[in-house]
Amino acid sequence: MSTAANETRSRGKAPAGERVADWADGRLGIYSLAKANMRKIFPDHWSFMLGEVCLYSFVIIILTGVYLTLFFHPSMNEVTYHGSYVPLQGQLMSEAYASTLDISFDVRGGLLIRQIHHWAALIFLAGMFVHMMRVFFTGAFRKPREINWLFGFLLLVLGMFTGFTGYSLPDDLLSGTGIRFMEGAILSVPIVGTYISFFLFGGEFPGHDFVARFYSIHILLLPGIMLGLVVGHLILVFYHKHTQFAGPGKTNKNVVGMPLLPVYMAKAGGFFFLVFGVIAAVSAIATINPIWAIGPYRPDQVSTGAQPDWYMGFSEGLIRVMPGWEIDFWGHTLVLGVFVPLLIFPLVLASIAVYPFIESWVTGDKREHHILDRPRNAPTRTAFGVAWLTVYFVLLIGGGNDLWATHFHLSINAITWFVRIAFFVGPVLAFIATKRICLGLQRRDKEKVLHGRESGIIKRLPHGEFIEVHEPLSQEQLHTLTAHEQYKPAEIGPTVDENGVERKVTGTQKLRAKLSESYYGEDSQIAKPTVEEYKEITSGHGHH
Amino acid sequence: MSSQDIPEENLPAEQDAPHGAAARPADEQHPFADPGLPPHEHRVQDIDEQAAKRSERTVALLFTLSMLATIGFIASFVAIPVDKSVYIWPLGHISALNFALGMTLGVALFAIGAGAVHWARTLMSDEEVADERHPIEAPPETRAKVHADFKQGAKESVIGRRKLIRNTMFGALTLVPLSGVVLLRDLGPLPGTKLRHTLWSKGKLLVNMNTDEPLRPSDVAVGSLTFAKPEGLEEHDEEFMTEIAKAALMIIRLEPDAIKDKRELEWSHEGIVAYSKICTHVGCPISLYEQQTHHALCPCHQSTFDLADGARVIFGPAGHALPQLRIGVNDEGYLEALGDFEEPVGPAFWERG
Amino acid sequence: MKKLSARRRHPLAALVVLLLALACTGGLYAAFAPAGKAQADETAQSLAIDEGKKLYAVGCASCHGTGGQGTSDGPSLVGVGAAAVDFQVGTGRMPAQQPGAQVPKKKVIYSQAEIDQLAAYIASLGAGPAVPSAEKYGPEGADIANGGELFRNNCAQCHNFTGKGGALTHGKYAPSLEGVDPKHIYEAMLTGPQNMPSFPDTTLSEQNKKDIIAYLDAVNGDDTESPGGLSLGGLGPVSEGLFAWVFGLGALIAVAVWVAARTAKAKKS
Repeated sequence: MSTAANETRSRGKAPAGERVADWADGRLGIYSLAKANMRKIFPDHWSFMLGEVCLYSFVIIILTGVYLTLFFHPSMNEVTYHGSYVPLQGQLMSEAYASTLDISFDVRGGLLIRQIHHWAALIFLAGMFVHMMRVFFTGAFRKPREINWLFGFLLLVLGMFTGFTGYSLPDDLLSGTGIRFMEGAILSVPIVGTYISFFLFGGEFPGHDFVARFYSIHILLLPGIMLGLVVGHLILVFYHKHTQFAGPGKTNKNVVGMPLLPVYMAKAGGFFFLVFGVIAAVSAIATINPIWAIGPYRPDQVSTGAQPDWYMGFSEGLIRVMPGWEIDFWGHTLVLGVFVPLLIFPLVLASIAVYPFIESWVTGDKREHHILDRPRNAPTRTAFGVAWLTVYFVLLIGGGNDLWATHFHLSINAITWFVRIAFFVGPVLAFIATKRICLGLQRRDKEKVLHGRESGIIKRLPHGEFIEVHEPLSQEQLHTLTAHEQYKPAEIGPTVDENGVERKVTGTQKLRAKLSESYYGEDSQIAKPTVEEYKEITSGHGHH
Repeated sequence: MSSQDIPEENLPAEQDAPHGAAARPADEQHPFADPGLPPHEHRVQDIDEQAAKRSERTVALLFTLSMLATIGFIASFVAIPVDKSVYIWPLGHISALNFALGMTLGVALFAIGAGAVHWARTLMSDEEVADERHPIEAPPETRAKVHADFKQGAKESVIGRRKLIRNTMFGALTLVPLSGVVLLRDLGPLPGTKLRHTLWSKGKLLVNMNTDEPLRPSDVAVGSLTFAKPEGLEEHDEEFMTEIAKAALMIIRLEPDAIKDKRELEWSHEGIVAYSKICTHVGCPISLYEQQTHHALCPCHQSTFDLADGARVIFGPAGHALPQLRIGVNDEGYLEALGDFEEPVGPAFWERG
Repeated sequence: MKKLSARRRHPLAALVVLLLALACTGGLYAAFAPAGKAQADETAQSLAIDEGKKLYAVGCASCHGTGGQGTSDGPSLVGVGAAAVDFQVGTGRMPAQQPGAQVPKKKVIYSQAEIDQLAAYIASLGAGPAVPSAEKYGPEGADIANGGELFRNNCAQCHNFTGKGGALTHGKYAPSLEGVDPKHIYEAMLTGPQNMPSFPDTTLSEQNKKDIIAYLDAVNGDDTESPGGLSLGGLGPVSEGLFAWVFGLGALIAVAVWVAARTAKAKKS
């Protein structure tokens, strides 16, 4: 384009949008940014949209949350209720609870927004959980994405606590019971427990302060940090470019898919509305946290079936199944029955968070990985993930043991004992079973590559034998099934060097060699079929 | 943790395919050659203008539906009273306004999304494109340049040479956040002995929570369950919540010969025993009293206490028995406390001893 | 058949088989679970006689003793009063069928007239609470809000916020109060059936009981409004969490599959 043409344009003939863009570029340099990103390629796969579910529900939560702050009074002043919900009229309750009732019964649409806010929170956490599992089982956390894995993990943990502080705000009997549990847990901390509790509650439980304090934590502190992490998470996704599954034409050095503009602009933008629409419909159909039925909080009242929201359920399980150990420690009380679960709680979470670093240490692999693993091709990792999930779900069962008891006609004591045993045995069995299943699937893949797909057609040979006809796979399928990388177990190497001097082998090296063997030894992966094997079979005596 | 001691040959070969969608020949690691991106196939909409028109109409219909739904939302907001209830199978008796607003909003949003996605799926180009990746790591020259720049900057700052400046700066930066920590001190008072005392004291009457009347022994039947608060504590009191959180009492009556624990019997009155209602685990009000087994279960974490045996823990995560309040009868025949609890009520803590 | 055999190796075949198997198991369970329903019905029915004592001798004495003094199989009935009989027999809990953690609510096998006769007989053994008259548990003059507070103080710990029931130790449970006759709720508070403690008038006044019943009717009656939509059993966060996973996230994943799926290609001609 010549300079003259440019000048004519800037004199007013250019479309308005272009002029605005030019203006902005002169100040923000948006063209350089857009050059790299406007036609950025994103691969298509439904599981790649789980992160979007989280992002969009996060946005929905912020939008609805801002609305709720316009009506909610974060105060624990006692008031007498005179609103429109009859079964509570005349009752003493905190202003926080009363204003939540008003949002639910007297503000038009307030109930809907409250329900969208809460449903979106449950879905946000569930979405993060599944998204994290997707990343874990496909090995998407490998270099260069370890930091983004940690960002995501932090978002999950912060999301849990934002949820907890959020559902505690209405000061209803159920959430108050949760706060009481938290106070008891804090008291169990040796030496400083009572001090932390008194500082948090402004004195003795429940005091008059915690709703206001939780309010600023819930609407400002935690979401602020989360917003920063979300932005960082997204920038890194853009910067690293998305991972992709192996397939024809897909390599570690490219990304195959559709451009951001227009396809992903429409798909991802549209998906926001789809997510919002589904959550709005869910909120029209199903009630959540009906605080009016639960009643205002009183520390001497309680209801059976007192559970936290689902994402806190595994901590509830931990605390429920722990034996009541309490020991005297030089005249002080060590409340192990509460403190041990309080310590295991972060350990359960941290164990999955640090896994990527353990794996990269075992493999010693410092290269970038952009092609995703199929879970079966990383049996040890997959088995570890399933074992972790087993612990998590066993604890969830423990957290809901009273409802399991009433709905399946079981003894609550029996369920508690089941969880106590399954907490230790379950993950081991799950690990062994998953690894075997993965190896079985690897064998099946190999079989498929070498012999083709079983067609289900039975043929009778002239001499009477029945055989099933196998269809050979296409080149695309052959390539896809054999595209994964296979490591060899790391060896310590000779313990004496070429001069006959003994080399020092540290314990860490031995441990790593051992782990590497268990990851990539003969029992842990099925060697990929080679071309020779394939040729031998296909050129030989046909199918059978 | 360096990878130096892992020989390179243990790592799988790099996937060093040529960039882009080009095919790649087979090698040791990948026995079957990559045939490259499959050729693009056309959708019906790409070759049949009729079908494309149909897609266009579907998308437009969805966007129109969204507009209608938004109008419906506004109409519902204006027309439906906030307290109107309707019966909708299978949801039950629900708020008409909530349902109407939620459904119209849901449709309005969903239709926009569905329209946009349908548009993208059927009318926008669906040709798959390959984008190259570039290594995240900077090339060696850049790396060297940054290191050199940093060293030069550090040198020019003389921070390495003038150790006094460096050390005092670190000192100042370490200390300054302490002000913030100190400021947190007034979040609450120190615990002192507050967790050890409740409102109960000698002579305080046991007041029935339900009727607000002081209890007489004859009011409490065997097998019944009653909750009591100390005389003088009213719901309207400023500190009601904090006090009831410690003072709440669970009163039952057992046949005196059913009481197995000697101290429990001593502290009871004619088989009437008063236990703290606050669980010793994490403080839930425990009151699921099974009158035949004399067990009390906590609904939160299922700690089970045997109220006929000094409220000792027989199941669950609680670490010690429920504190018992020593009771008697005053001159007028009302039940009264004979002192405060002898141990702290509620969850255990470090200083409990 | 050829079609079937051709598809049995389809990747989704295992899933289909699994679903079929699950459906079969569920169906079989549904068909056989309620088996052995109340064999005692007919024997008791055919032996119905109008005198309480005779009724007692036939239906109750084997466990509670010939004179209501109680045996190792059943407690003494002296002094339990007519209200206890009306509750136990009127809700079908008595006569009990089989030993278990708890005697469940069943089909009532006596007519109200027979229950009244039984109650009169038991009441004659020793003084106890009488069957309440209708105005005691009627809605007139009841304070629903006060009933709510009383319910949360005395009842919710076992029966849940709105009376949906809950678990007790070793397989025992507090039953749901949904659809229970107000009279029976009143009698249960008065007499403390099975492991439920009693709430005599001295500690929970008649007016208190009336308030509680009115509250239950307001929050757990047939016409109780659940403004937000499906009440999900009124069980709190566990059922909400399940719903969010299955219908919330489930629906969103279904949508995501559609968004990311390839559009159908034109047939090659």
